[in-house]
Amino acid sequence: MAIGRWWINRMSQFLQIFLSGMTVGAVYAMVAIGYTLIYAASDVVNFAQGEFVMLGGMLTWFMLGHGLSLFVAAALAVVVTVAIGVLLQKLAIEQAREASVVALIVITLGASNFLRGAAGLAFDKDTHSIPEFSGNEPIDVWGATVLPQSLWVLGVTCVMFVALWIFLNRTLIGKAMRAVATNRSASQLVGIDVKFILLLAFGISAALGAIGGILVAPITLTRYNLGAALALKGFAAAILGGLGNPLGAVVGGLALGVLEAIAAGYVSSAYKDGAAFFVLIAALLFMPSGLLGAKSVERV
Amino acid sequence: MTPEIHSSTPQVPALSVRDISIAFGGLVAVDAVSFDVPRGEIFSIIGPNGAGKTTLFNVVSGMYRSNAGTVRIDGVDVSRLLPFRLARAGLARTFQNMQIFPAMTAVENVMVGCARAETTSLWADLLYLPTVQRQNARSRAKALELLERLQLSHHADTPAAELSYGSLKRLEIARALATEPRLLLLDEPVAGCNAVETDEIVQIVKALSGDRLSVVLIEHDMKMVMHLSHRVLVLHQGKVLAEGSPDEMRRNPKVIEAYLGVHADEVAHAKR
Amino acid sequence: MKRDIGASIVSAVPAAEVQRWWRNRELLAVLFVPAVILLLPLAFTSNYSIRVLALIWIMGLAAIGLHIVLGLAGQVSLGHAGFFGLGAYACAVLPKHFDVPPLAAVLAGTAASAVLAWIVGRPILRLKGHHLAVATLGIALVIGLVLANEARWTGGPDGTAVIRLRFGDQVLAKPMVWYWISGGVLVFGNAVAFALRRSPTGRAWRAILDSETAAASLGVDVARRKLQAFVIAAVYASVAGSALALMNGFVTPDVASLMTSIELVAMVVLGGSSTPIGAIAGAALLTASPQIFASFHMFQEIAIGLVVMFSMTYLPRGLIPALGRLLERIGRR
Repeated sequence: MAIGRWWINRMSQFLQIFLSGMTVGAVYAMVAIGYTLIYAASDVVNFAQGEFVMLGGMLTWFMLGHGLSLFVAAALAVVVTVAIGVLLQKLAIEQAREASVVALIVITLGASNFLRGAAGLAFDKDTHSIPEFSGNEPIDVWGATVLPQSLWVLGVTCVMFVALWIFLNRTLIGKAMRAVATNRSASQLVGIDVKFILLLAFGISAALGAIGGILVAPITLTRYNLGAALALKGFAAAILGGLGNPLGAVVGGLALGVLEAIAAGYVSSAYKDGAAFFVLIAALLFMPSGLLGAKSVERV
Repeated sequence: MTPEIHSSTPQVPALSVRDISIAFGGLVAVDAVSFDVPRGEIFSIIGPNGAGKTTLFNVVSGMYRSNAGTVRIDGVDVSRLLPFRLARAGLARTFQNMQIFPAMTAVENVMVGCARAETTSLWADLLYLPTVQRQNARSRAKALELLERLQLSHHADTPAAELSYGSLKRLEIARALATEPRLLLLDEPVAGCNAVETDEIVQIVKALSGDRLSVVLIEHDMKMVMHLSHRVLVLHQGKVLAEGSPDEMRRNPKVIEAYLGVHADEVAHAKR
Repeated sequence: MKRDIGASIVSAVPAAEVQRWWRNRELLAVLFVPAVILLLPLAFTSNYSIRVLALIWIMGLAAIGLHIVLGLAGQVSLGHAGFFGLGAYACAVLPKHFDVPPLAAVLAGTAASAVLAWIVGRPILRLKGHHLAVATLGIALVIGLVLANEARWTGGPDGTAVIRLRFGDQVLAKPMVWYWISGGVLVFGNAVAFALRRSPTGRAWRAILDSETAAASLGVDVARRKLQAFVIAAVYASVAGSALALMNGFVTPDVASLMTSIELVAMVVLGGSSTPIGAIAGAALLTASPQIFASFHMFQEIAIGLVVMFSMTYLPRGLIPALGRLLERIGRR
């Protein structure tokens, strides 16, 4: 029976790692969906995506410190982040008409720098936390301990994803967004306001990022410069899942989170980031369209 | 490994395609196509849009790999070669949607075509040794000569992005010729050109073929095809519909029905 | 997407004259750099400003390397700082732990960067666009992780001291000394970059940038050429990193950070990715600005962010081509 217990321990340990990986992965997924939406609608890879996550957490902390209730602070944080996202598109990216792919990447990198610096100034450079939504009594799941906040993260991510799916497939504006993603000129010809759609894409991505940041801040804490690392991983997740496909973004995000947790748990905590990248590069080489991406053929 | 292509007897076709097929997902783009291009001739491939002509070119030039069949240049099997090795084996092509180098001047565009003959090492290049300088001069001279032949000399140092559409079509041909090919594939060289530009290109292509160069042409302009070609291949829905001399094609009822119906009188009046 | 080169010539000018002007233009650019390096110390005399200039020459060298792979060959590399860090840490680790003389350490670092670039480049250069960008990010990330974690060799996140270069019994540590050393290396690096540009290698790269398909159809071995660009860029970065380490006498893992990679890309794109002079100009701008804001250290990130955003939005082809167009218009009047 000792071997049985050994197996149960192993399984619990794996489950623990798996669930914590899924939790972090859900945040990666939120970031990845943000990338995907913006990329699909406008061919821009928005490296400031990570900053939206940071802003969600930091703004909430800030407003809590000013006496607002958790819900109100969170809601305001999302609103402000959405405003920032929309401004980014309106004032920077929309103005850069003839910019090359690289130039656009650099613009968003510049924006991410700017937001990071501004956050460091407006708030401070310390690490902060915000309270859990429903207490912090760990829940026992088959030997693994799970924080209730993790369940919040996973649950809300699911809800967000379903809401997004409904939006893209069942509402007129959502379909318009998919139209713009497929063929911008044709969309303009049928009367779709492309500029508005792009602003909307940025707004939604900012909202998703901010919500992800608020959800996970009680677990992983928040800090003015967590955007940079997140940007990388969210981007890697989006590519792993297939850039341009929201479901792929979710799959990629969760997969990356779990892979990272596995690497941290079984290989080395210090190199977990590297492990994720190795997997990513392998995936890119052998499955370039990502797990769920569509194959494309170059036309000459 | 780049195969050695030796000067061969006139009987060996310049290009020999056997049973080439390729499908994308469920769509069969090219279905068991076979044909020969005799040396020194102008061979045209015609067919409605979507017939698989450019796809066929892409297979022959190594961009796509066919599911089955072989491609032989001067008798040597080149089916599995990458595009750049095919170029080194004597194949050159132009593109339907024009792949010029917009940021480079016209003469620089053509000089890239001289890559095959440029043998300086990377070390020589980065030290700007005299061998490199001499080679640059040779390539530039050759490029200018080709630009002259295609009536583009006055645009030599103009960035390609500023040239007119007709000029660009000729530039692509000049650039392809710089590789000193044995086999030249021209994909719709006069598409979008006006009557004057078309005529210029027709004259140029006519002067091209000869002992050392065979030309395969995709075109929709029936006058041009009938005027220039020694033989014509008609492709329809990925399959070979008919093959023969332009006259034979003009009279072939299947061809007339499937494709030339609209253009029958244009063909009938085309000069030989 | 329209592309007009900074010096697009109106076709009214006869071809021969234009050709001469183009040729002279590149020669001018090659000679411009040593001229500036020779003359600047007349205007800037404080140790502080000389040090900043030396830093600009070093970053400019790294930026030229990135210009070669990004601006000439068109391959998006967001991990350039990885090789920069390798070169820097070669000078930190090898002399201290393996008794390698500093100069030999520079060579070893360069060789290591070249080999690593070759090994890693072969598979990942098959990727394009964003995929390539992420993969190159990964390289720098892994290098950075190693540098930060292997504290036994590298001193960990806090960095480590670097044994200085010596000439006879003279320790080379003064800013003025490094101004001339890094300036000299920059002159050489700039000349090589221009030489490459004019060579078949450079034409192959520029062809690949515009259309890989067409380049391949003309006989260009695209994979090999991309790898060459990548390895050469790594060499530039490594030498620059070594120079930085030897000049400062200290390194931290920041040299291989994402931030540094981003700065390098920004330098190249800001200044104009199509010319080595652009890389140097961008390096000058982005190295000098934080120094200007040094007392307002808090504003540094904001300042760089804003500078980058506004320049890329309104001058997407970079400063030097924009200057070129301005000179064009003035010249025509």
